[in-house]
Amino acid sequence: MSILIKKPDDIKPSEITDQKVYEGRREFIKKMGLASTALLGAGQLSLAEAKAYPNLTKSQFSTTTDKLTSLKDITSYNNFYEFGTGKSDPAKNAGDFNPKPWSVRVEGECEKQGDFHLEDLIKPHTLEERIYRFRCVEGWSMVIPWVGVPLADMIKRFKPTSKAKFVEFETLYDPERMPGQRIKTLPWPYIDGLRMDEAMNPLTLMAVGLYGDELPNQNGAPIRLVVPWKYGFKNIKSIVKIRFVEKQARSTWHEVNDREYGFYSNVNPEVDHPRWSQKTERRIGEPFWAPKHKTLKFNGYEEQVAHLYKGMDLKKFY
Amino acid sequence: MNTATRFSGVMPFMNLIQFLKPMVFLLCLLPLLLVVWNGINNNLGVNPAETILDTMGNWGIYFLLITLSVTPVRKITGWGGVIRLRRMFGLFAFFYVCLHLLSYIWFDQYFDWNEILNDIIKRPFITLGFVTFLLLVPLVITSTNKMMLRLKKNWKKLHFLVYPIAVFATIHFLLMTRADFGHPLLIAGILSLLLGYRLYFSMQRKRSN
Repeated sequence: MSILIKKPDDIKPSEITDQKVYEGRREFIKKMGLASTALLGAGQLSLAEAKAYPNLTKSQFSTTTDKLTSLKDITSYNNFYEFGTGKSDPAKNAGDFNPKPWSVRVEGECEKQGDFHLEDLIKPHTLEERIYRFRCVEGWSMVIPWVGVPLADMIKRFKPTSKAKFVEFETLYDPERMPGQRIKTLPWPYIDGLRMDEAMNPLTLMAVGLYGDELPNQNGAPIRLVVPWKYGFKNIKSIVKIRFVEKQARSTWHEVNDREYGFYSNVNPEVDHPRWSQKTERRIGEPFWAPKHKTLKFNGYEEQVAHLYKGMDLKKFY
Repeated sequence: MNTATRFSGVMPFMNLIQFLKPMVFLLCLLPLLLVVWNGINNNLGVNPAETILDTMGNWGIYFLLITLSVTPVRKITGWGGVIRLRRMFGLFAFFYVCLHLLSYIWFDQYFDWNEILNDIIKRPFITLGFVTFLLLVPLVITSTNKMMLRLKKNWKKLHFLVYPIAVFATIHFLLMTRADFGHPLLIAGILSLLLGYRLYFSMQRKRSN
């Protein structure tokens, strides 16, 4: 049975599957299987096809113990100052932002420099679903089913040279389309980066979607970084540049206030933010009167990433 | 004959105030009622703990500013009766500050007293918030008519504390802000106007003496 995959452009908002259907998709497909021949003609399969990314590879790195945060919460509570500083501003102001077409410039210490269409960046790779915990430096957290490709696979194609010690990402700067950039709340464009070994870690993801669909604008459409063991602000959104550099990558928040936002910014309950403790976190969607969660070192990804920081004083390199 | 008619000729404002007071009281409760209503209807946003904490803190500061507006309003409009609402505004400031503090103790720290103490010692904006709360307590205790009579001239001296309280509360707000300074700066601006107004008059008084 072949499944028709629509191009993302062809999808009307009315066709997008809601979260309930998404969560029950296996059940749905099973039922469909029983009655497939009878129903195919009637076009009943449209529910399953409507998702931009219907056939995702599961990942061993996905959390199995945390309950998913609802799509509504993930898409209506965002720190994305390019669309306003309020948590609900991005959902309000990013509606008109059209992330298509999109190209990414690859530059710096690598052999394959140039401008790449987003489609060409993604096409050679297998899209995976990665269910990761997401911990904001402000003390709240979510559990998000991302869609993306390992950054390491993508980076290998650019053939970084031996001089590439860090990789730096840059968000689109376009105050016409990103109204928050008309006010200088941060020095635009937003920039952040990783050490090369952090970028090559199998957990690091270039995300192009969530909940099986394309990234909503307010979540960093069309392509963003996901580094689940670091605080949210390191997960730079709407990327237009990838730059390989020899010296430590730039980091906007670090430059604005290095005392509060370190370059590494690994989730660490033992290192407080100067203004608040990082020992606990409020899991979005859980009853507000209930106790908060204990924050885990490296956001619970210690096994996969602790070796990257062996011998480093994490209180100094926060 | 009831009291209202008996005094009507002498103090017409008293009547108006007696009539207004219960309504103003309900109006002052409205921010809390709205939060409760929205809470029941699951309408406190994605992070209700944060919404409640922020809303209560905001109204604590708003009521401090409202309290400080009473004198200028009286002087500008010439309506002396408004002074009779001042105590209620001040007590509501304390009321919302208490709810703000409770939200912090409950939702933010979940009654972890060690962590709370640690916060108060280590983090300037929490220290300042806590000091603001502590300074409000003697003002609340001495807010009754009896206390006013007992303390005589000292009452005014003690209640001068409302100025540092309002300043501390505003700095507390500024210090906890991450990027959007619009709201706390607006508060700071209004507070400067209210304090500037007093400074201007006290300087004029000195000059004329």
